[in-house]
Amino acid sequence: MLEIDDLRVELDADAGLVRAIAGMHLSLSRGETFALVGESGCGKSMTALALMRLLPENGRVAGGAVRLDGRDLLALPEGQMRAVRGGRIAMIFQEPSTSLNPVMRVGDQVVEAIEAHTPLRGAAARAKAIDWLARVGIPEPQRRVDDYPFRLSGGQKQRVMIAIALAAEPDFLVADEPTTALDVTIQAQILDLIRDLQRERQLGVLLITHDLAVVSGMAHRVALMYAGQIIEVAPAAEFFAHPKHPYARLLLQALPDAARRGEPLAAIAGTVPPLWLDFAGCRFWPRCDKAMGHCAGTIPELTEEGLQHQVRCLLYSQPGNALPRPAVMPQALPPAPAVQGQPLLDVRDLRVRFALKAPLFSRGPRHFDAVDGVSYQLHAGRTLALVGESGCGKTTSGKAIVQLLRRQAQVGGQALFEGQDLFQLSGAALVEARRSIQIIFQDPFASLNPRMRVADVLEEGLIALRPELDTGQRLKRLHALVDQVGLRRDALQRWPHEFSGGQRQRIAIARALAVEPRLIVCDEPTSALDVSVQAQILNLLRDLQREQGLAYLFITHNIGVVEYIADDIAVMRGGRIVEQGACPDVLRRPWEPYTRSLLAAVPRLVPPAN
Amino acid sequence: MKPVLLWTDLALWLMLAAGIAYALRVRAQANLRATWRRVLRDPVAASAGVVMAAFLLVTLVDSVHLRRALPTAAGEAAVYDARTLSLLDIALERQLGMREVSYSLPLGTHGFNKESVIDAQGRVSRELPRLQFGGAHLTDPATQWAADVAGRAALGLMGGLVAALLAVALTAAALAGHHAGWRGALADLAADRTFYPLRTLLLTLAVLLLLAGPVIALMPHYHVFGTDRTGNDVLVQALKSVRTAFVIGALSTLATLPIALLLGVLAGYHKGWVDEVIQYVYTTLSAVPNVLLIAACVLMVQVFFDKHPELFETAAERSDLKMLMLCAILGLTGWAGLCRLVRAETLKLRELDYVQAATAFGVGDLRIMARHIVPNVMHLVLITVVLGFSELILYEAVLTYVGVGVDPVMNSFGSMINLARSEMSRDPVVWWSFAAAFGFMVGLVLAANLFADGVRDAFDPKARSARPRVLLRRKGADHA
Repeated sequence: MLEIDDLRVELDADAGLVRAIAGMHLSLSRGETFALVGESGCGKSMTALALMRLLPENGRVAGGAVRLDGRDLLALPEGQMRAVRGGRIAMIFQEPSTSLNPVMRVGDQVVEAIEAHTPLRGAAARAKAIDWLARVGIPEPQRRVDDYPFRLSGGQKQRVMIAIALAAEPDFLVADEPTTALDVTIQAQILDLIRDLQRERQLGVLLITHDLAVVSGMAHRVALMYAGQIIEVAPAAEFFAHPKHPYARLLLQALPDAARRGEPLAAIAGTVPPLWLDFAGCRFWPRCDKAMGHCAGTIPELTEEGLQHQVRCLLYSQPGNALPRPAVMPQALPPAPAVQGQPLLDVRDLRVRFALKAPLFSRGPRHFDAVDGVSYQLHAGRTLALVGESGCGKTTSGKAIVQLLRRQAQVGGQALFEGQDLFQLSGAALVEARRSIQIIFQDPFASLNPRMRVADVLEEGLIALRPELDTGQRLKRLHALVDQVGLRRDALQRWPHEFSGGQRQRIAIARALAVEPRLIVCDEPTSALDVSVQAQILNLLRDLQREQGLAYLFITHNIGVVEYIADDIAVMRGGRIVEQGACPDVLRRPWEPYTRSLLAAVPRLVPPAN
Repeated sequence: MKPVLLWTDLALWLMLAAGIAYALRVRAQANLRATWRRVLRDPVAASAGVVMAAFLLVTLVDSVHLRRALPTAAGEAAVYDARTLSLLDIALERQLGMREVSYSLPLGTHGFNKESVIDAQGRVSRELPRLQFGGAHLTDPATQWAADVAGRAALGLMGGLVAALLAVALTAAALAGHHAGWRGALADLAADRTFYPLRTLLLTLAVLLLLAGPVIALMPHYHVFGTDRTGNDVLVQALKSVRTAFVIGALSTLATLPIALLLGVLAGYHKGWVDEVIQYVYTTLSAVPNVLLIAACVLMVQVFFDKHPELFETAAERSDLKMLMLCAILGLTGWAGLCRLVRAETLKLRELDYVQAATAFGVGDLRIMARHIVPNVMHLVLITVVLGFSELILYEAVLTYVGVGVDPVMNSFGSMINLARSEMSRDPVVWWSFAAAFGFMVGLVLAANLFADGVRDAFDPKARSARPRVLLRRKGADHA
């Protein structure tokens, strides 16, 4: 039995003392999978680190206890704690590529764990390591045991990581976002593996993730965290069928999927409060659609509401009158325009070839075909989703359309934008084409220059592509832009670091919109964002499309987002399109085996049992 | 009197102006302000900054030069002294004039070497001669010396203490508004509860003042650090050497910047053959032994100067230009390291989304480099500059020791150490010259290094987590 009792963790940050975890209670018994979910910064990873006593330098446990079979881990001397880490509680991390030592053979890394926690030595330990590699599904473990990590794929590395974690036969496993960095088919395999091993060894698994769909297929019980606190604990089926906390309800509604096509997502307004504040009331009330008058001044406690179902909400413990809040669900959206006339963008046999740095006289390939003959058409006002796993060439083909690869790669084929081949343009025609095609990137933190004010960021494109505008006209345009993407006008004079991820993505969208493009390449625009913010951004993109007749080339690996927003879909694999067509057709009646396996691997919420 | 602007003076004052301009820019930009605030809040870096500021003050006072008008008959054109003096020289005029015959111990009243003295009766005896200036006001050094020195030192200490207390009082008065009156301010200062580590700063300042007080009090009548072989005051030499060290450290790092930044950004941004060429140049450059390269350059400059004596009005101008050339040579030969760093960072930055976004807007290469790349590698440049500063001060000492450094007439730690080589091997040992150079140089370099560490920690977030945070953590708990 692993118990966390009133745990409080504080971080000493630049902004002040951050109370990362405030009064966490949790218990996990063997044979159970307990999922800790929440958006980024809610303290779920910090919980894992605190219970392993691996907090960062600036963090400390300010109170509470972590008990393993009644023994307080926080009071153990470091020497005994080392035996607990790995021996009793093991941990696997998010990024498989950095959690293995690149200069050590994988077998030695497994043996290291075995020798640290079991009496096996030498050949016996090695045999055990091979045995474990076989059990986590590494093919030819006899041979792979002497490989270095760079020879393994991402999924295999994560399998090795699981082998290392379980080699010492621990009772509990802490899995911190174990599949977030992996492709969806690999994710399904890894989740299956964890589930099998858990059943087989009666492990207690603490699964930490931001992905509600992953949770629904894995967990027995679910705890939802918000701003450093658990706000709802329930058995998984109960949690997904009857969420009680308003945040849980809104979060589930904010997930995009096919059923919500044509209606706006339930975006949760605002952002998570910074944790260096002192809270006088509920931490969620400023964003809550069910907020009541006394929510701001009364601190809610976790109360028992139904069988094994605890909620931290005054709605149940001290009901009162609701504050007037605007309805979360506005009217349905008009449908996308039908395919008619000439396509806006007609890509024919696009090929992108990168030169490889191969040694002289070597017989290996001298180039790499990232995109190998891709053709698709995109009509004004519609969204084409390019779907595929990482490395399939979807981002490269998008960048080629935006003319970002001109000096870096050989681009072949044609991309006809209103009949003109983009790859042949130069001079004024190229400037005109750049105005018409813009791009939004995945990572909102890397896409804005930290040394430029927002106004300068937005103005850059105008100066380069609309030289006819004078300062006054540009300023007017900037004001119109920030209004359009839902930012306040004073944002213009601020610096990018003052904004949250979602707001930064709005700025990036405004930057692309500045030059009034007609086609925007959206390169995973929401995959770095939390679910509630993702809903805001998807709503914004959809509204802009309806208002301005924009066409989107939407590059993503998230099938839920595709189901929700795309009109047409093209599935890519290995630089080629394996299947394309209207979105509902492809998703409901996939033709190609690859598409079928891709769709089957997507974790889905268990449909609510009414 | 005629003001003289030497080249290095110009460079130093321009740098000061640039520093002030940068400070104004920092005030205007929120993120830069936050980073520099982190530097100032680091107690070690802040007190190292105070020590640096003291050295900088000496340098600046030593960087205002002038030539005195010589007395002339009425109607004649003004004639100026051939010696160029700085404000520091004028402030130390008495010490400069207190020139003894040869070595003397610190605070000594007698020479260090025995001389033949002929007394009134015509007898010749070997004894230690009285110094001409050091302790000359004492009638009987054997009995009066200790009391005199102690009295003056105590007076100096009192002066230092008063100045330190004044600083504390002024700080408390300035803080009074935010800390519930001056009593509250004093209590908060004593308990280190202020936003900036003022207690540490004031302690550093007090130590400096308490050291400076007695020295200033003793200086007019004694050679506090003794005299060298030609009877010159060692303290004065050390003080004059501070400027040389500062000029070399600051100007040489500055001289590396344009080349390193330009070539590094070009190589990283354009890749391909541009990168190949630039890499080839700096790889070749770093393969040549550095001292050899510098010696060759310095000797060439030397020959040029010798052939064109008409270029210089005074010896000071000549040695000054020679030092400036040394800085330029150090810069020209030492840019490879920074260039490599900037190139690597640029390679990383050019793949970032905001550079791609600018490319998608069709923004030109030069503009992308100027607006998106250079500002984002400046933190590297800053870190390298402050780290390189102390390194070059030490390098100057090495070069001067080897004989290819600054002009022999110019005071520098290198030439002091060079002379100390023979002094340390004679018996009895003359240790004070070496000790003074060593002490000053270690003080300056240590302060520069500690300050550089603070700057690096603030500007490089990866380095910050590796530092022990025990002190900070306790402070955080106090805030709670």
